[in-house]
Parts: sequence; C-alpha cells; structure tokens
Amino acid sequence: MIAIIDYGMGNLRSVQKALEAVGADAVVSSQPQTILDADSVVLPGVGAFKDCMDNLDRLGLIEVVHKSIQSGKPFLGICLGLQLLFEQSIEFGTVEGLGILPGKVLRFHFDDPTLKVPHMGWNTLTLNKPSPLFDSMDAHPYYYFVHSYYVVPDNQDMVVTTTDYGMPFVSGIQHENIHAFQFHPEKSQKQGLTMLEKFAHLN
Amino acid sequence: MLAKRIIPCLDVKDGRVVKGVQFVNLRDAGDPVECAAAYEAEGADELTFLDITASHEKRDIILDVVSRTAEKVFMPLTVGGGVRTLDDIRNLLKAGADKVAINTAAVHNPEFVQQAAQRFGSQCIVVAIDAKQVETASPIIDPPVDWKDNHADLFQRPAPPAPTWEVFTHGGRNPTGIQVIRWAQLMEKFGAGEILLTSMDRDGTKQGYDVALNCAVSEATTIPVIASGGAGTLEHMYEGIVKGKADAVLAASIFHFKEITIPETKRYLADKGITIRL
Repeated sequence: MIAIIDYGMGNLRSVQKALEAVGADAVVSSQPQTILDADSVVLPGVGAFKDCMDNLDRLGLIEVVHKSIQSGKPFLGICLGLQLLFEQSIEFGTVEGLGILPGKVLRFHFDDPTLKVPHMGWNTLTLNKPSPLFDSMDAHPYYYFVHSYYVVPDNQDMVVTTTDYGMPFVSGIQHENIHAFQFHPEKSQKQGLTMLEKFAHLN
Repeated sequence: MLAKRIIPCLDVKDGRVVKGVQFVNLRDAGDPVECAAAYEAEGADELTFLDITASHEKRDIILDVVSRTAEKVFMPLTVGGGVRTLDDIRNLLKAGADKVAINTAAVHNPEFVQQAAQRFGSQCIVVAIDAKQVETASPIIDPPVDWKDNHADLFQRPAPPAPTWEVFTHGGRNPTGIQVIRWAQLMEKFGAGEILLTSMDRDGTKQGYDVALNCAVSEATTIPVIASGGAGTLEHMYEGIVKGKADAVLAASIFHFKEITIPETKRYLADKGITIRL
C-alpha cells in the first residue's frame, strides 16, 4: 500500500487516481500510523512552501516524513514535495524546510521577459544518471511543470534529471530511497503514469 | 525547451458540454468526461472547463464532472465560471481541478485573488479577463467599484491613438471601465499565476485572436498568458503564439466540431518551428 501524505493542501486526488490507474493501492492520509505502516510514501505538493511546512508541523507529520525516509522505504516527492526536502527556501524571506537533503530552494528570476514565471507547461528532461523510474530511452519526452521555485542541491551526485528553462535547473533527484521530481508525473499523461507504475513496483 | 500549449475549452452547463457563438445560442454537444478523454487521447496539453451553469442550486454538478474527469484523465485541468469564494476554490481543487479561473469575483474584489493565491498558491490561480476594445470610455456599469479609489490608475486610459481595451463582465455584456493591461498587471501583483485572456470582440467569430491585445498583455506581465477568442484556422494559432506572444492558445468550437484537430494543429505549429509537445 502506498500512502499519500495529506497535509490539507493540493490536488491529492490526482496523485491517488494516477497510482490507482497503474494498479497500485494508494490511500490519502494524514494519520501518522497509516503513513508509517505503508510500503511506500508519496509527499505531493502544491502551494506555498511556508504553508506546507506549517501544516506538516501542525499535523505532527514532520517526524513522520523523517521516519518514513529513514526506514528505507521508497519515497516519492512531487513538486513542492521535492522542494520541502531541502534545508531552506527563499520565499517571502527564508523558510526552513525539512532539511533532509543539503541545499536550498530559489525563485526563478529572468532578465528575458519572454521567460514567464511560473514555469508552466510541458518541458523535457535530460537524464544525468540512471534511475529505476526511467528507461534510458524515455528521458526526453515532455513532462508537466508548474512552479516558480527550483532546488539547488549541494550534492550534484543526487541529480537525476535537469530541465532547461532559461538555464538548466534540477528537475529530479535521487538519494538512496528518495526519488523526487519538480514536474507532476500524475499530470504527465502516459509517460507520467509509466513513472508512477515503476515507483509502485520499487518495493 | 518549454512547449507552447494547445488547450481545448469545454463550456459546461448543467453537466453537459455546450458551445455558444459569442456567448449566445448554445448548442448541446456531449458529455464533458467523454470529451476530456478524447482530447487527452488527441494529445491536448491541458483542458479547461468553463462552467456556465446559471442556477446556483445546480452549481455542485460541476464538482461531480471534475471529479469524474480526474479519474479518467491525467493532464492539467483548469475550471472556471462562478468561482466566488475560497470554499469554491477549495472544493474544485479537492474534486481534482489543478487550476481555477477567477473572473467576475476578481473584478468585484481584487483582493480575493490575493487571498486565493496566498491560500492555495499562485500556480493554481488563473485570472480570466474578458476584454473588449473600446473607442470611448465606458460608463461604468459593473462593478459597484467601492475599491475604485484604491486603484484609480486602473481606470486611466492610455493617450490616443494607443488602442484601449476594457475589462467586461457577464459574458461581455457589462463594461467596467477597467483598463485591461493595468488590470493584468495588478492581478499579477496580487499573485495570479496565469492570465486567460479572451477577446470578446473576436470570440466566436473565427477571425483570429486579437493579437495586438494579447501581445500588449503578454509584454506588460511576467506570468503566462493564454490567448482565447477567435481562433478559426491553423494560421490563427500560429499568429496567437508568434504575434500575440501567447504562452498557450485556447479554442473551443473549432476543436469540438473537428474543424481543426489537436494533432493537426500541433504538427502545423511544429513544422513552423514552434516548440510543441508532439
């Protein structure tokens, strides 16, 4: 069973439906025990970094995320669920993240006025290292992004994919059991579902 | 490279798809969930539902439509029409919408957009603007602008001969006196993540997007702008993106009645050198 962490924000139904569409058993939950008992865990996310951290804190889920990751079970972060793993975000001032991965989260700033923020729509990936969630051949199709911030990991070894938007930015990381992506696999039609199917079969 | 998006729009009334010509004379044309699945199969980049259900009692029907769509379709879904409160937004997102489009409620209370963006994040807040080119300043009918003094600059017309577009509400019937470009800038400042810009002059005419309008708004803002209203040919799509500097192009009836298909549009644009997800 896959637990999708519910912290009161975002479109969790889409993540659940996408996992179900590839045959996985997925529940949306804010119950610590349900999440801790799950075979794998998804931290989805849309919204503001600070609100998400506040909600995780209020629901007593910060420790649950830490424990889930420490347990070694497959962990998938999506969009804000990627960003939250890092130490801090520079959004409306500096906000502390979960601090599981060293690095920070920055906002896009472009001098070129044709580069709009949010980075919204379909963009391609460049695969930096092998990942169990991608066949080497399918790294280049388009995936759906919608975000104004991007992660800057201290450790480049964890970078799985980069994407070009005015500059190359990190669109996917893998560190041990953590797989996290800036784009939304649950909104990326067939190739997104393929990724989720691979994630569901990790354990 | 980020691809330009092709977005079919389905007008939904009482849970059924309809399409009006210039927002009058609606034709019934099917089940929204079926249409959504068909568009996904064709490779649409996103989907927009515009709920034009008039009766307040029937408003929950759209939630059921969204929820059934989200079970079948794994692509971004925007829902607009009648979004007035934070609860409306929450319910739509919970049902499975990725973005909500706010139109009249923003005109009545611009701070609503700010509240919505702070609560749910800019990425899911689209401000829909119905724009019309005007020769002379409109007598303000809508809204009862109790906030006018706070944003007096929104009503200042540019010096002639610069074209002037005003924001209209109620399907293009009610002028507001608000200047479209300044309005778009305020909405960006208040946290809108995207602008859905419909030319009421062109909507339903198949004469092409108002590229001057779209270009003016796109250049005045730093958030994505979706061109809407008037697409009738493949060339119009190209013009919307190149001359109108649109980040996405939206169309309804031409896609819906298969006058132009999504794959045909994408192939045409890609052949002309536009970055497209094929």
